[in-house]
Amino acid sequence: MNLNFLDFEQPIAELEAKIEELRLLSDESAIDISEEIQRLQARSKDLTKSIFSSLTPWQISRIARHPQRPYTLDYTKRIFTEFHELHGDRAFGDDAAMVCGVARFEGEPVAVIGQQKGRTTVENLQRNFGMPRPEGYRKALRVMRLAEKFKLPLLTFIDTPGAYPGIDAEERGQSEAIARNLFVLAGLQTPIIATVIGEGGSGGALAIGVADRMLMLEYSTYSVISPEGCASILWKSGEMAEKAAEAMGMTSARLLELELIDEVVPEPLGGAHRAFDDMAERLRQVLIDNLSTLRKLDNGDLLIDRRQRLMSIGQTKEKQ
Amino acid sequence: MDWFKKLLPSRIRTNGTTKRVVPEGLWTSCPGCKGVLYRAELERNFNVCLKCSHHLRVGARQRLDWFLDAEPRVEIGKEIEPIDFLRFKDTKRYKDRLSQAQKATDELDALVVFMGRLQSRTIVAGAFEFEFMGGSMGSVVGERFVRGVNAAIEHDAPLVCFSASGGARMQEALVSLMQMAKTSAALAALSARGLPYISVLTNPTMGGVSASLAMLGDINIAEPDALIGFAGPRVIEQTVRQTLPDRREMREQITSLLSLITHQSAL
Repeated sequence: MNLNFLDFEQPIAELEAKIEELRLLSDESAIDISEEIQRLQARSKDLTKSIFSSLTPWQISRIARHPQRPYTLDYTKRIFTEFHELHGDRAFGDDAAMVCGVARFEGEPVAVIGQQKGRTTVENLQRNFGMPRPEGYRKALRVMRLAEKFKLPLLTFIDTPGAYPGIDAEERGQSEAIARNLFVLAGLQTPIIATVIGEGGSGGALAIGVADRMLMLEYSTYSVISPEGCASILWKSGEMAEKAAEAMGMTSARLLELELIDEVVPEPLGGAHRAFDDMAERLRQVLIDNLSTLRKLDNGDLLIDRRQRLMSIGQTKEKQ
Repeated sequence: MDWFKKLLPSRIRTNGTTKRVVPEGLWTSCPGCKGVLYRAELERNFNVCLKCSHHLRVGARQRLDWFLDAEPRVEIGKEIEPIDFLRFKDTKRYKDRLSQAQKATDELDALVVFMGRLQSRTIVAGAFEFEFMGGSMGSVVGERFVRGVNAAIEHDAPLVCFSASGGARMQEALVSLMQMAKTSAALAALSARGLPYISVLTNPTMGGVSASLAMLGDINIAEPDALIGFAGPRVIEQTVRQTLPDRREMREQITSLLSLITHQSAL
């Protein structure tokens, strides 16, 4: 079993293994089997297309958490030039689960904030699996204010299972740190574009996700709680996660339908992890378009629009 | 044996047909010290145990009734009702959960907001009803809170909110998460007008509510021993396998976030 493939992708994995085998064989033998290889490659592509055209929300949430999926720093490398990371919240410490800095985007200076997961165990321990602590949110807050001061558009990249739920985080005021970011972002005098690149987990994601444009990669998810968490609370069983994923409507397509996000960035066939460069280029284009629209607005209009967007969220009925 | 019974009547009476009726709810026991309390006396003490000072839960309407002057009072956003726009169903339908909660609490949703007076000064005050689906924040709570803020801005009045909530309402999925941003944005507008906001955190104030409107007070006041935080003890224990210290210790640890811890009756 190839661990780079998820369980529902195993048919593709098997086919790919076969292709690889044939390729090795063709190197050694005199018989020309390149035609056969091509035929199989076409079949693998069709198979991927068909599997990916009918993914369930649970399967999508598995892709969003794929260990090979590109993370924030994979995008900063490809989308920006001169990215300079800024460390520390100037109060407690530096949180490696949150990456902040300044960079150039299409030659123009911007501020960048994103959560960062690790790819290896060692990296994941250092990055705390992409779960920021209060100092991470306060570092982000510091960079938000910097963006406002120097009139830098703010680009955020959301990829976290959630804010870290540990005692130390509580002691240093996880709630206050998140609340403060929401409060400041709502009135920040600079354009903000937030993109969910993987997992958008709850308040921990929202704390860098109050924006003028809300984007999501096709196979990313955004929800109030993880499907496992939702299942264990409402169904009293973590095994109902699949059902919870369905019920919460956490996929990009569903959230676009609900008008909670503005745009879905299509992913390369088989998901972003199959083609980092292609994915980064797609995202770059979308960011260029959205930023140029936002740049046309003056700060006053920008803030009025942002406020109206926030105030319109919610569905209720009113008795007359 | 009859003569003996007559001589020494049994102390055990089994044929007492006239049962003395004790009215339901006249007495109550304190969850803190297990002491038996006379309800009327308890209420006179604002639901604070007379023996151990444990703060018993207070309903939203009751709390505002104690807090505000008797006249005048206008309820804000009373007409807003929740709807099950996602047709959410876990082990039960959200719709059924709503009507059940509405029946049990006699409220339409988990936040009650009033504009009234406090010692003759105009004020907007809101309180969470914990008995309504754990005081969870969904569209209605967010909208009522925002209308309360808007009323405060319009009348140049201060805002007070008593929170008691488990967090965001999962049955409204991402829309409930966005209420955190919505309420925080409204408070940013209130703050820009230079109006004061006092947040009173009662037991418990967790998750999405603590990570938004409850922690944003110019003054944050907490009830003694209230459970306040982002992740609940169960979540912490399950995800990071740390066991929480005693609630009292925890309170001491988060005092940096609070301006004041005060007795209910002092409010």
